[in-house]
Amino acid sequence: MLKRVKRRYLALEIDSKEPISSSELMDAVWNAVGKLYGEYGASRTGLKLIDYDAERRFLVVRAAHTAVEMVRTALASITRIGNKPVAIHVLAVSGTIKALYKKTKP
Amino acid sequence: MKRTYADLHLCPDLANAEQVLRMVNKASELGYRLVAMTVPPSFAETNVKGLLNVCKEAKMDLATRVDLKPKTPGELLKALRRFRREFEIVAVTCESKDVARQAAKDRRVDLLNFSPFDFRRRFFDLAEAELASNGLACLEIDMKPLLTLEGPSRIRLLSSLRRETAIAKKSGVPIVMSSGASGELLMRRPLEQAALANLFDLGQTAALDAVSRNPMSIVKRNLEKLGSRFVAPGIRIVRRGKDC
Repeated sequence: MLKRVKRRYLALEIDSKEPISSSELMDAVWNAVGKLYGEYGASRTGLKLIDYDAERRFLVVRAAHTAVEMVRTALASITRIGNKPVAIHVLAVSGTIKALYKKTKP
Repeated sequence: MKRTYADLHLCPDLANAEQVLRMVNKASELGYRLVAMTVPPSFAETNVKGLLNVCKEAKMDLATRVDLKPKTPGELLKALRRFRREFEIVAVTCESKDVARQAAKDRRVDLLNFSPFDFRRRFFDLAEAELASNGLACLEIDMKPLLTLEGPSRIRLLSSLRRETAIAKKSGVPIVMSSGASGELLMRRPLEQAALANLFDLGQTAALDAVSRNPMSIVKRNLEKLGSRFVAPGIRIVRRGKDC
């Protein structure tokens, strides 16, 4: 029988002075994962954008629980998106979206 | 036990007070308890006091650090005699093998740093590690080049770091991971720094030690040594009597 896929939700904070769209962000994340781990590694992360609040510069992504450290590493390696200097910080990691929002309540 | 995190290599432009303040506040926000800033040897004591005040406001501890770049072992010894008691952390950027060997065996050196750009000048081999393990020096890895380099140069750097961390682990040389950041956008959370260490196979516990236990122990040891009560390792003055 196939094993149930376990997932983790990551709350991210975008540190940048310039506005960034969600598609630019996800492109940058995929690029970073691809650069560090290649296409095979990227395919194992199961990355997906769940929520993006441009005003709060707050982002939620989903990843396979086996790939959380890979995603964390790739996110830390991002220094610019296009020509905009940027840093992405992981605020919290959780198994459910509900618990994640509880952890990151402003 | 909860870990306390330290970043021993912040390099703000000290003439720009605003930037210093921003970086200290950012470090506090990211979860660091202690930061060390590279200070030029000629930096006046009043300026250091200013830095201490900035850190105090952000509820951070500050350690002063000097980066020595000697060309010969003799120059290194001279600089160590001059600066060791003035700074809490002494880091040596080893640009030649002779300097690297001297720095590794000298117990006044805290951190060994190697050029991230010139791979022929990374002298951390087994012999160097053996000397460092008998002394007190730690291997310092800056994260800034890992973030800023791209393509083949980053690949080569990762490969060197993988080899060096394996040697350090084998010889029992502590590893310290620092940001080396010159701006707040190059600063990362301690867990993110530890995650970046995955890229050179350091292992999670060792990586977390490299941003918490190892740097904190260097600062603790040196603060004790620089204190007025210190006599020798393990011996300190408890009370001064009239007859001594």
